[in-house]
Amino acid sequence: MSTIVKNIVRFIVLILFQVYVLDKVRLHQLVTPYIYIIFILWLPFKISRTMLMLLSFILGFTIDSFRHHPGFHAAACVLMAYVRPFIINLLIPQEGAETNYEEPSFRSMGGMLPYLIYASLLIFMHNAWLFLLEAWQFADGWYFLVKTIFSTAISLLLVLITELLFSRNQKFKTNTI
Amino acid sequence: MRNIFLFISRHFNFLLFLFLQGMSIYFIVEYSKYHHAAFGNISNNVTGKINSRYFNIQQYFYLKKTNDSLLKANQELYNKLKSDYSLPDSSVKLVIDSIKVDSILQYRKFRYISAKVISNSVTSQSNFMVLSKGSSDNIKEGMGVVDPNNSVVGIVTEVNEKYAVVMSLLHKDSHISGKLLKGGETGTLNWDGDLPNIITLNGIPKSAKIAKGDSIISSGFSTAFPKGMKIGRVEAVYKETSTNYFRIKFRTTANFYNLQYVYVIENADQQAVHDILEKVKTQP
Repeated sequence: MSTIVKNIVRFIVLILFQVYVLDKVRLHQLVTPYIYIIFILWLPFKISRTMLMLLSFILGFTIDSFRHHPGFHAAACVLMAYVRPFIINLLIPQEGAETNYEEPSFRSMGGMLPYLIYASLLIFMHNAWLFLLEAWQFADGWYFLVKTIFSTAISLLLVLITELLFSRNQKFKTNTI
Repeated sequence: MRNIFLFISRHFNFLLFLFLQGMSIYFIVEYSKYHHAAFGNISNNVTGKINSRYFNIQQYFYLKKTNDSLLKANQELYNKLKSDYSLPDSSVKLVIDSIKVDSILQYRKFRYISAKVISNSVTSQSNFMVLSKGSSDNIKEGMGVVDPNNSVVGIVTEVNEKYAVVMSLLHKDSHISGKLLKGGETGTLNWDGDLPNIITLNGIPKSAKIAKGDSIISSGFSTAFPKGMKIGRVEAVYKETSTNYFRIKFRTTANFYNLQYVYVIENADQQAVHDILEKVKTQP
């Protein structure tokens, strides 16, 4: 399956799952799980930063359309996309690893720990920016902080489960293309 | 000039980031304006179609609950039937009023339009509902929405041909007026975004007598709801030290978690009241 088709399928499946499964689950008002952002985590290494941000904006905007108040998720996703290349650069184990593999995963990031740091940092940023925008008027610092931490934890758990359930077999490509 | 282009090309990604963020925040702030644009309607039509498919499936799981609430509503209506009341004994003297009151000109002020809830949220800070009826069923912006047991749910904020979007009480911008059933003091409802089903009532003076469990009803001052619709029951009362008002937390009678059917209230006087208010506002 080509990369484009694969990502289009992911986009649709993740949005439907988010809107019709996770948004219907009401765990607690402090815990709101988000899984659709795994789309941004899984985009290929090679994608240009402009494309990455535009795709994330479209992703966030689609989720917003289902919630009838546009802007919140779009803003959070764009922030995530903007920061992603920096974090990958920090965490990638050796020079050229991003050319050897197609997209971020346990293997291409050089183990479970770097991948989890990568995922948790991005999810934390997404949630923090989202809840900050949502809570603009409330100005209750503790509530905001606790909500961000709990939601990040549950989202990270979901990402981990997804990662283990749908193992993506990535071939090692030599960098002599 | 060349330097500007160089600057743009060097910092293109950062500028794009700022632009997209700015656009998102513009959407958040200018929500109402955006939704009147054509694009809002298209995205609503698409999501509305998907939502109504989903609702058709989900509906089956709530049939029992829906039946229960309909039974309750029926019971309440039966209890209001004229035939259930017998006139008092003939010892009471009947006086026929000879003054001509315009009783012939009686007209219907409120009309109920039933609608299905095809999507509903309670978890975010700004919650909306989507109803399966729109302007083709005479639903207009500003109409009140109640659940089958006449408890206030929200106000219609946006309508297109087939769907209507309702801003529920659980929205930080919803300001519906409510009053205490016992004393009659009126205040404004606000949601602090914390717990669903718990709402704050502000603007009740400290002279009012309030106890836990008191009922809060709609005031009838707005054109959206008739007077006396149930809103909630008082849970806790806080005295604000800086102002002369109470801050009252109450539990809503409507259960926002399992709303399936609602009634939209059409007010025949809405336009007239709106017009006269506009007239006052435009006067210098």
